[in-house]
Parts: sequence; C-alpha cells; structure tokens
Amino acid sequence: MLSDLASAVRPALVLTLLFAALLGVAYPLTLTGLGQALFPAQANGSLIRDNGKVVGSGLIGQSFASDVYFHGRPSAAGADGYDAAASAGSNLGPTSLVLAGRVSADIKSLSETAPGRPVPPDLVTTSASGLDPHISPEAAFFQVDRVAEARNVPQADVRLVVEQAIERPLASFLGEPRVHVLRLNRSLDARFGRQ
Amino acid sequence: MTASGWALILLFIAILAALAKPIGLWLFALYEGRPTPLHRFLGPVERGFYRLAGIDPTEEQGWRRYALHMLLFNLALLLFTYAVLRLQGVLPGNPRGFDAIGADGAFNAAISFTTNTNWQWYAGEATMSNLSQMLGLTIHNFLSAATGIAVAFALFRGFARRETNALGNFWADVTRVTLYLLLPICIVYALFLIANGVPQTLSSSVDATTLEGARQTIALGPVASQEAIKLLGTNGGGFFNANSAHPFENPTALTNFVEMLSILAIGVGLTWCFGKAVGDTRQGWAILTAMGVLFLAGAAIAYWQEAAGNPLLHQLGVAGGNMEGKEVRFGIAASALFAVVTTAASCGAVNAMHDSFTALGGLIPLFNMQLGEVIVGGVGAGIYGFLLFAILAVFVAGLMVGRTPEYVGKKIEAREVKLAVLAIAVLPLVILGFTALANVLPAGLAGPLNKGPHGFSEILYAFTSSAGNNGSAFAGLSAGTPFYNRLTGIAMWLGRFFVIVPVLAIAGSLAAKRHTPATSGSFPTTGGLWIGLLIGIILILGGLTFLPSLALGPVADHLAMIDGRLF
Repeated sequence: MLSDLASAVRPALVLTLLFAALLGVAYPLTLTGLGQALFPAQANGSLIRDNGKVVGSGLIGQSFASDVYFHGRPSAAGADGYDAAASAGSNLGPTSLVLAGRVSADIKSLSETAPGRPVPPDLVTTSASGLDPHISPEAAFFQVDRVAEARNVPQADVRLVVEQAIERPLASFLGEPRVHVLRLNRSLDARFGRQ
Repeated sequence: MTASGWALILLFIAILAALAKPIGLWLFALYEGRPTPLHRFLGPVERGFYRLAGIDPTEEQGWRRYALHMLLFNLALLLFTYAVLRLQGVLPGNPRGFDAIGADGAFNAAISFTTNTNWQWYAGEATMSNLSQMLGLTIHNFLSAATGIAVAFALFRGFARRETNALGNFWADVTRVTLYLLLPICIVYALFLIANGVPQTLSSSVDATTLEGARQTIALGPVASQEAIKLLGTNGGGFFNANSAHPFENPTALTNFVEMLSILAIGVGLTWCFGKAVGDTRQGWAILTAMGVLFLAGAAIAYWQEAAGNPLLHQLGVAGGNMEGKEVRFGIAASALFAVVTTAASCGAVNAMHDSFTALGGLIPLFNMQLGEVIVGGVGAGIYGFLLFAILAVFVAGLMVGRTPEYVGKKIEAREVKLAVLAIAVLPLVILGFTALANVLPAGLAGPLNKGPHGFSEILYAFTSSAGNNGSAFAGLSAGTPFYNRLTGIAMWLGRFFVIVPVLAIAGSLAAKRHTPATSGSFPTTGGLWIGLLIGIILILGGLTFLPSLALGPVADHLAMIDGRLF
C-alpha cells in the first residue's frame, strides 16, 4: 500500500505540471492565436462600431428606456440591468410573490402604451443571462405604436423596419423567430434620424 | 408545445444514437491501447510525458494501485488549483485586478473542478482572472473527464478480462484519453465556437457607449477554449455567471444544438465501447436503449410543463409558455431539452435558469440527478454508475429465478452486490443528510432566495447537484457562504471518490473471476425484458429514496402554483 503510494508521487506531481503547461497554457494560447488570426471580429466579442467608437456587441443586449427606441426584455444583470460584466437571471421561482408583483407592474405600464392588447411573455420576463439581445417579433410589433408616436413618423414605416429586422430560424426546428433590439434601433436611427 | 419543438427533441436523440458507434470505436482503440491516426503527431508528446514522469505505460495495475494512483493524481491537481486561486492577486493574467479567492471559496472551487462537478458559488466574470480560468480551471475540465473515462475503462476490463488482477495503467489511460480524444476534439470544437461568436481573447473587457449614451462594460476573455471542454467533458463550469445562457458562451441556436450533442457524445460512445469490450455490442445497445427511454420521458415532461407555462402569470394576463429565465434565441423547447441533457449527464451547464422553471419542469432536472446521472451520464461516471444498477438488476433477476446472477460472462456474487449498494447509497445519504442539516441550521436557512416550498427545493437541488457532481443550480441560493462552500465541497468529494473507489473494487473483483459462458438458463441481458427491468431498478432504487423530499419541494410548489398561492 505504502509502496503503491510512493510510486505515484513522481507521476502525480510531474504530470500535474506537464498537463498544466499543455492544457492550461499552450491550449488556450494556441486557440487565442488561431481565433485572433482566423475570426478576429468574433474572437474579440462581435463588437459594433460607429465611426470607430464601440457602441455595443452584436451578441449582448443593452438597456433602452427612451420611447424613441424599442425596448428589450427586463434584465436581472447587475443593479440596473444589462450589466455585461455581471450576467444573471432573476432566479425567481414559479410561486414567487416578487415575480408576480414585478410582472403585474410591468404589464400595467406596458398596457398604458398599447391598451387592450395582450402583452407578449418575453416583454415581462427576465432572460437567463440578463443580456438577451433579442425579443420576439410579437414583442417588437407590440411597441410599434409607441415608437412611431415618439418619433412622429407613420406607424406603417416603423412596422416595415421591424419586419425587415426579423431573423428567421436556421431550420424549422433550430431557433426561434426573433428581433435583435440593438440592430433594430440602429436601423430606426438610420431610417428616421437620430433623436 | 409545437411540432418544431418535438422535431428538435427527436432529431437530437436520433443524431446522438448515430454518434454512439463512431465515437465508441475511437474510444475502444484507446481502451485497448491501440494506436490511432493521431499517434503520428501526438505520440512524441505522450512518450515525452511518460519519460519525464517516470511512467511505464505497459505496467499493469491491480485495483488498489489503480485507485491509489488515481486518488493521488487528483489530490495533486486539487492542491495545484487551490494554490492558483489563493495566489490570484499576485499572479499575472489578471487585467481587471481581481483579489485572491478566500480560503473556503478556493477550497470549494478546487474540489468542484477536480470532481468534474463545476459547482460555482461565484460569478466567473466578476471573480476569476483569465489565468485562473485557464490554468486553474480548464485543466481540470480535461483531467477530471479523463479520470472518469479511465475508471470506466478499468471497470470494462474487470468484465472483459479473466482470472487476472490487471486493470490497465491509470497514467496511460488518463494521458491517452486526454491527448487522443479530448484535446483534438476541443481544438476543432473551440474554433467552431469562435467562428460562431464565442470570444477568445486575452483582454478581459471592453467598454461600449450604448445608443442611449450609457457606458457598458462588456466582460470578455479566453472563453471558447474553456467552453469546448466544459461541455465535451461534462464539466459545466461557465466562464460567465449565466453559463451557456450567456450569449458569449452560446451565441446561436446552432451552437446550442452542438453544445447539447457534445455533452452526451462521449457518454453514448462509452455504451458502445462497453459492448465491444465485453464482446457483444448488443449489451451496449441495450444499455443505451434503457437510457434513451428515461431521457425521452424526462424531456417530454419538462417540455410539456414549460410550454404550458405558469398559471399564476396567466392570471395576470401573460399568455403562453414560461419565459422567465429563458433566452429568446433558444425558446422553450431548446431550453427544456438542454436542462434534461445537462442533468441526464453530470454536466451542469445551463442555457436557462432552472430556478425559474415551473415546479414540475424543475423537478425533472432534480430527479435526473437523483437517479444518479445514469441517463448517458457524465463521461465515464455515467456508464460506471449505470453498470452499478445493472449489477443490482441481474441480482434481483437472479433472486426471482433462484440462480446465481451473471452479467456479460461474469458471476455476480455477494461482494459485487455489496460494493454496488455501497456506491449507490452514497448519493441519498449525502443529499438527504446535508439537506436536512441545512434546513435546521440558521446558516443553511439563510441561503434560499425564494420562500415557501421553492426555497426548500433550492437547498435540495444544491446538495443533489453537488453530491451528484452535476454543478447546475437553483441559482437563487446564496451559495457563496462559508457554510455552503464547506458543505457542498464535502458533498462533491464524497459523491465522486466514494463512488469511484467501490467501482474500482468491483472491477478488481470481477477481473479475478473465471469467464462463465451464457447458457440457455442464463437471464438474457439484451432485449425488452432486460431493458424494462433496468429501468424499473433505476426508478425504484434511484428514485424512490428521494420521493419524500420531492414531495416537500417541487410537488408542494406545483400544488401551490395551481392553487394560486404565492410566497
């Protein structure tokens, strides 16, 4: 038993160091080199730039509060939501009083902007990451009236921008129809001018 | 529920089944120690490692020696990572200047990654430096997976070999699995992930000015390299707090599909490899079929419940399925399926917040783990866990017909049955014992975010996940406290090595036996009767123990939910 243990000491220590060098240093650094060379845009976070200035990531949602923009989903990431250095879901369970209170308050304020219309579920639920960049097409159409009014442009024009922004599933079973909120809002600015 | 949702689930199962043989063939070559096409390139690395470490890869080890060497290697890895985390503040590769990890936090994280659990009390992007992620954590993702596969190989040899004590060489098994299986796949896989949007950079954040003029700090890092092995090795420890729900870990529906496949790919390959090793591939298919039935049942219930949604929110005027804690790009079917995949395996990666699932939708991941994660299961751990149930199943069948039970050519006798029960009993003892403890101590009761039965479920889930080496969470629980860090740390250690050592003892005991050829009187271990018996044994032995605890948590939660009660 003791000799079994003693014979394992050198392999255990040496292999720990060798594998640390191979798997903990060489492997991630090689991939960093390959990734930076082959797919630099993606490897650096799929950043979206305006005149060289980073305005966000094509994969990460950001907070929109103004009426002239489409809004994303409620977010539990960080204190104010959409903190891209503190991803988190709400973790509220199905029988949570806090969840029911939050949803019911959100429904109330959303219903004021679009009276009498059913509220799409994704607009009153937090995403898992708190950084969901997408909303459903229904959730985008729900906001058309408000955005058109705030921008003082025809609803049909705004609706057209939304329709063009809808991303379809990759295959019928793979993915969901969705709208990328940041890209949609940039199209709005491009079409109707920045407010 | 939609037709496309069902198409996703069924297609996923079909593709997985098709992977069993090709991956199984590759694993079988490694099991036998035969050269693969990759040996030409990586052979020198393998031989160099052996030379420097003083290893003779042809030395055959008995079960005690195999187990001791496995334990000592894991101990060395554990201490290495503990040191890296404790020294994080002074080590390089820390652009955002994170402090060193505290003693109980580092204790927990080091055990967590060594045991293939990847339970995370911390939020990665706000706690771990790039160096800690790469050097401290990624290496475990490879080596804990390789350890699991090595133990499975040793058990296969126990069944396949005759009248010997030789179970193979632990060092050779671990090195070969890492070099010829995990590493090459991960290089290709990580490149695929990068191409689809997963970052791979040494900088750790970038600042953006949003359209509304606010500043947004976007955390980045060497994500793809860790992501690939996180899934392939059923580790599950995310680079970011939100794990595979984070768009940088899982950007699209396509990456999501591939991530789910990669969690179970090696596990299904091991079922085929087992059949091949014992000289009858039908044995492997029988096991995979039993797993498939349990998998489909879980996926169907979880999908049904999540698509049905939360009646409490319906009353408020929210139509449709449960989208709290889910991402729009995945939707409900792919979120429910991921939850079943990750808990069928001992992975623990999540693409949706299990805590926010409906009561019964959340019961399925919990129950999958309590069954011992034998529905395909973690790499290595799944198949050796399943074979423990198979030993008990032939034992029960033997009792019924009054014959000495046999399984794949070996007589199953008192010693094997005792050891199998010992290994299976670890899970309920730790889960129920620690859950009870946390529910009576103030430090334990301080943990849950949610009140009422769901709060109990959060605690139950934590110890189920840690003892089962899964790592997913009902993440509302404040687990980063000294109490939970110590207790889940101990649970992870017991749940890993107090299963592995009896498994290796069984392997040793089986290897020493003569081959017993099947006769017309042997109970057939292929075919429908056997598959039904296996499923029955798993549900009764694995599941019944936990029913009372499930009644207190998710079932009570469900009754409250349909009764309109809030907490």
